[in-house]
Amino acid sequence: MFKNLMDWIEYRLPIMRVANMHAIQYPAPRNMNFWYVFGFLATIVLVNQLVTGIWLTMSFEPSAERAFASVEYIMRDVEYGWILRYMHSTGASAFFIVVYLHMFRGMIYGSYQKPRELLWLFGMFIYLALMAEAFMGYVLPWGQMSYWGAQVIVSLFSAIPVIGPDLVIWIQGDYVISGATLNRFFALHVIALPLVIVILVFLHIVALHEVGSNNPDGTDVKRKKGSLTEEEKTKFKMHEYYTSKYDIVDDIVPFFPHIVLKDLVAFSLFLIAFCYVMFFNPGMGGYFLEHPNFEIANPLKTPEHIFPVWYFTPFYAILKAVPHKLGGVICMFAAIVALALLPWIDRGRVKSWRYRCGLHRWNLIVFAGVFIFLGYLGGTPQEAWKIIASQILTIMYFGFFFLLWIYSKNEKTKPVPARITG
Amino acid sequence: MKKLILVLAFLLPNAVFAAGGGVHLDTANYDLTDKASLQNGAKLFQNYCLGCHQMQYQRYQRAFADLGIPVELGQENLQFTGEKPGEFIKNGMPSESAAKWFGAPPPDLTLVARVRGADWLYTYLRTFYVDESRPFGVNNLVFPEVGMPHVLQELQGLPRKTTEQHMVDGEMVDRYVGIKSDGTGELSPEEYDSAVLDLVNYLVYTGEPSRLESESIGRWVLVFLLVFFVLIYLLKKDYWRDVH
Repeated sequence: MFKNLMDWIEYRLPIMRVANMHAIQYPAPRNMNFWYVFGFLATIVLVNQLVTGIWLTMSFEPSAERAFASVEYIMRDVEYGWILRYMHSTGASAFFIVVYLHMFRGMIYGSYQKPRELLWLFGMFIYLALMAEAFMGYVLPWGQMSYWGAQVIVSLFSAIPVIGPDLVIWIQGDYVISGATLNRFFALHVIALPLVIVILVFLHIVALHEVGSNNPDGTDVKRKKGSLTEEEKTKFKMHEYYTSKYDIVDDIVPFFPHIVLKDLVAFSLFLIAFCYVMFFNPGMGGYFLEHPNFEIANPLKTPEHIFPVWYFTPFYAILKAVPHKLGGVICMFAAIVALALLPWIDRGRVKSWRYRCGLHRWNLIVFAGVFIFLGYLGGTPQEAWKIIASQILTIMYFGFFFLLWIYSKNEKTKPVPARITG
Repeated sequence: MKKLILVLAFLLPNAVFAAGGGVHLDTANYDLTDKASLQNGAKLFQNYCLGCHQMQYQRYQRAFADLGIPVELGQENLQFTGEKPGEFIKNGMPSESAAKWFGAPPPDLTLVARVRGADWLYTYLRTFYVDESRPFGVNNLVFPEVGMPHVLQELQGLPRKTTEQHMVDGEMVDRYVGIKSDGTGELSPEEYDSAVLDLVNYLVYTGEPSRLESESIGRWVLVFLLVFFVLIYLLKKDYWRDVH
């Protein structure tokens, strides 16, 4: 009876075929280590944000008069509203933590290189949309940092020559940041950008499954059709979408149950950390929820220090490092564009840092350090030495890409193993 | 990876906000489970703060329930103008006049502990001192040029900056030793500190009424997740056993 129903549906809608192809019999290299769990975690956090977001929307009132009070209404009067709100606010920071680790994984194992350029680009678009989504979401509680943070970020557009000032008014929907701005940010935050992000994530995954997952060795697990003996081929049953085009080396595991179980181990560890923060320290010492944001927005009272939330601070430091406003804005956007162009800046053929030159390894480690240190500089009160430090670090940030472009041509590499190791 | 953790550990102390204008802040050892302390804090708030400051996001009823105060008792002793228990803790002061009287309207205090931190509040309420140049005759160490009078003077007495004479390099020098009350208050210095701590405790509570519930649910969630982790880990190990 049940089988008949499933067959009836399958004949009209390919549920099992798609599930088999993408979630069960998808070949995944068996050596994917802990760096490979952050994509899965990012998807989980996305679902968390979407679901808690729906419930928050039920009680939130997007107006300058009621936004702050309605958030406190959620925190106090809505049953378990505080859990929903903290899941959403902790989720925002968690999203960036896992996305930054996911991106760094891509960098150390060369996951952006041919043939995964488009996959990397979709990822960068997700990152951009995520930044816009997080920024607009942060404005909604209408606290002091919501208001003044919005003031700082929106005013960046005024640096654009000729159209800048008019563009700012167009974005704000008013001559100043006001209830009109809050309203449109709400619309973009709950409908437009989530839709864009979900579509981009879908494309990101489709593109991934088309070219297959990279791995810490950077060795391809797919070979030309007919080039492998039965002995060398994988014993696992893979979907014919993959086996009809390639021979698959005996170095892979199916996505389900192997990879799913591995991801679930990571997921449970992630949840322990996430729930610890959410239940015991949701403000994270002023990093996840900034202290001044518990005070209602006041256009007449500028806070002593204005910082964006921690995940924007590296770029904020770059912005402040450049003494010229337009120059700063250009540098800040260039910092993101440079990342997006990584597949073309890196001229190397070897993917993983395991088999690339020693300089590459150091370049990556220093780059990560520079990014974290820039974040520190952008998130703490301005001091004289910090301006110089952030200028040096900005040069080092772009230096990573310049060096990479230089040494990746004719790079001295180690031999890449033909089969996956360890 | 180790490097990353090291750098993060180095950055973490900066998470602690030092918003005291450079003044050392005393640690407020408040205890949200101490109902007597919270009740005393609520009483102090109603008597000394509510005249000017509101708690426009906190309802009487919720505070009564969380602090273990029976509604009738609360209405008799803590509600002075006959509001219903479901109403917000508000006063009737028009904010325009308040701005005229104090220079700025007195801020809402529901969330003040989340904006300023408990230590700041605890220190602030104990560091008013006589300063004749100010409109209300008092100034404050952690909030210089504060627009608020010392409303707890009745309890603390008149606090003055006191100095002691010390011999430095053969010369007598006045050295600042702290703020001391003239002893005209109802409470001894120790009693005053403890009363302020009760008030701070109450303000921390109103800043986040769900704190205790959050921690008690959180403990069970973490226990569940640890068990879940172990089971999933064993299951994963079992499935991966044959993968070389």
